[in-house]
Amino acid sequence: MAYDYEKHIRPGKLPHIWCPGCGHGIIMKGMIRAFEACGLEKNNTAIISGIGCASRMTGYMDYNTLHTAHGRAAAFATGVKMAKPEMDVIVVGGDGDGTAIGGNHFIHACRRNIDMTYVIMNNSIYGMTGGQFSPCTPTGALASTTVYGNPDPTFDIAKLAIGAGATFVARGTAFHAAQIEKLVAEGIRHKGLAVIEILDDCPTTYGRRNKFRSVIDMMKRLKEIAVPVAAAAKMTPEQLEGKVLTGVLHKEERPEYTEQYAQVISRAKGA
Amino acid sequence: MAKKVALLQGNDACAQGALYAGCNFFGGYPITPSTEVAEVLSIELPKRGGKFIQMEDEIAAMASIIGASLTGQKVLTATSGPGVSLKQELIGYACIAEVPCVIINVMRGGPSTGMPTGPGQSDVQQAKWGTHGDHPVIALVPASVQEIFSETVRAFNLAEKYRMPVQVLYDEIVGHMRERIEFPEPGELEVINRTEPTVSPEDYKPFDPSFGDVPPLAAFGSEYRFHVTGLNKAADGFPTTKANLVDDEQRRQIRKVDGAQPEIELNEEYLTEDAEVIIFAYGSTSRSARYAVNEMRKEGIKVGLFRPITLWPFPEKRIAELGKQAKAIVVAELNLGQMNLEVERVTKGSCEVPFLGRVDGEPINPGQIIDQVKEVK
Ligand SMILES: Cc1ncc(C[n+]2csc(CCOP(=O)(O)OP(=O)(O)O)c2C)c(N)n1
Ligand code: SF4
Repeated sequence: MAYDYEKHIRPGKLPHIWCPGCGHGIIMKGMIRAFEACGLEKNNTAIISGIGCASRMTGYMDYNTLHTAHGRAAAFATGVKMAKPEMDVIVVGGDGDGTAIGGNHFIHACRRNIDMTYVIMNNSIYGMTGGQFSPCTPTGALASTTVYGNPDPTFDIAKLAIGAGATFVARGTAFHAAQIEKLVAEGIRHKGLAVIEILDDCPTTYGRRNKFRSVIDMMKRLKEIAVPVAAAAKMTPEQLEGKVLTGVLHKEERPEYTEQYAQVISRAKGA
Repeated sequence: MAKKVALLQGNDACAQGALYAGCNFFGGYPITPSTEVAEVLSIELPKRGGKFIQMEDEIAAMASIIGASLTGQKVLTATSGPGVSLKQELIGYACIAEVPCVIINVMRGGPSTGMPTGPGQSDVQQAKWGTHGDHPVIALVPASVQEIFSETVRAFNLAEKYRMPVQVLYDEIVGHMRERIEFPEPGELEVINRTEPTVSPEDYKPFDPSFGDVPPLAAFGSEYRFHVTGLNKAADGFPTTKANLVDDEQRRQIRKVDGAQPEIELNEEYLTEDAEVIIFAYGSTSRSARYAVNEMRKEGIKVGLFRPITLWPFPEKRIAELGKQAKAIVVAELNLGQMNLEVERVTKGSCEVPFLGRVDGEPINPGQIIDQVKEVK
């Protein structure tokens, strides 16, 4: 089945910069299918990214695209959405971009519950700069700045998002390509801040160092650790050891930020 | 018809000037002594359908206004030293991506937390060099409440006209002082909006030099779709490392301000025609300097005041001329030596450049200036 990805891609902007085997491209394709499923209009949509391999996606997509500074995508996006609430706003970036340097903007976007869809491509490493550890690198793992094993504890992005107030939180993996489309589409349709974490692979800077013999090994791992939330409900804690829940992890209704501000405007005008 | 007048605080005048200029988006983070700008706009913007957002820090505030500006809004942020330091990264972003925005810096003592409620003028070189890389700079330094209003309007005009960040720097004294202000009628001061593209959406390039040194800027959400990045880019807005394209873009950006300096430059000269000693001062310090000039003129001393209102780009030509006319240009400012370096650079030894600085949280008073002028041989 041939799917027409190209109509979402800017003419002449491929090939992309991503390494062979990098999961970022799989995620981009899933997002494109989600955009199509939701009927996003190119002129009325802004895709906003930070800095990193993942964040390079904005250069390829034929939408309004804003490739910002490292970690700042959510804050730029907040300005865009606040100024033009009628636009669909998508934020995309890596785990380092979103949870280290951009952690403050990330939690506050969640808290405001501003209507945006934030796709975090979590390859548990700083890919672009050559494999330094990120807040999502597993403890003990090897990175170019943790050659003796990573001493740092790891962020659970989904828990962080839920704790900070995001009203839609989901997790998928680069292995489960069809699910990416479903989760991103559901996130876009959700009114409020939707966080979709996609567990990803970086064969070049993480896989090599951490004894994954091939991209296939990395993909197999994603397949093995992922447990859909429904299945997990029937499993024992022992069975869930080392597993990661996937699917929609959290969904609630809470007032959306730009709608709240619209009320501020009407109160100010009435006063 | 009688003009509307009021007794207004400097920061309030800044907010009123922004509204006059058509500002419809403010993103900020509270900091003394600038906070009143945000407070006034949080009340006034929503009344007009505009947006006010208090972000999680100054970096986010800067990011929010750049995002909003790209949707076609006229945007403002206001802060002080520590906040300006945080904003530097994204001031550079607004430079390279050529996004109109206005940044107010109500200067206090520094470095670091420094003296939050004391005046300072020690961010004036930061305004030029604070963000990394080569980039154009426009910075304005009003000295009265009335001028804060008009310079804020002018800052918006310059930001929109030249597609870049414009900084307005005034010290805490001017920011917190209350003075009589006459509100200009609508239409009395010029209000400029950015040039939008007229080409077909397929032909639009956000950095197209064939439209001159300031290419038209479309808005997100319009019929134009485009890419914006902080990487070095070619005319189409996409990243490039091709040496000639990078060079063309970098030089065009510098040229758009250099080439327009006569239009951007604004100075006030007071009794300089026959002056043998000229005082170079701006902001609150220029008010003491004017008083000092008047006192010394009574004694027959030939002294005058040069007051830059546009600080950057620096009034090189005029200062060089005055350096040939005068025995000395005394530079007085609330720092330990910043703009005197620029005066020394452009006068090239043609006159003395004595320096008077103060960083104890107190203003420079006229007596200090008089003493300094009288020391000139
Ligand atoms: C202010 C700033 N600090 C550091 C960098 C260097 N830098 C570029 S990308 C990056 C990390 C990217 O990692 P991640 O966000 O996880 O994305 P990935 O490359 O793995 O897709 C860093 C540290 C930068 N560009 N800007
Ligand atoms: S370095 Fe890693 S994250 Fe970057 S493109 Fe290569 S595989 Fe992907």
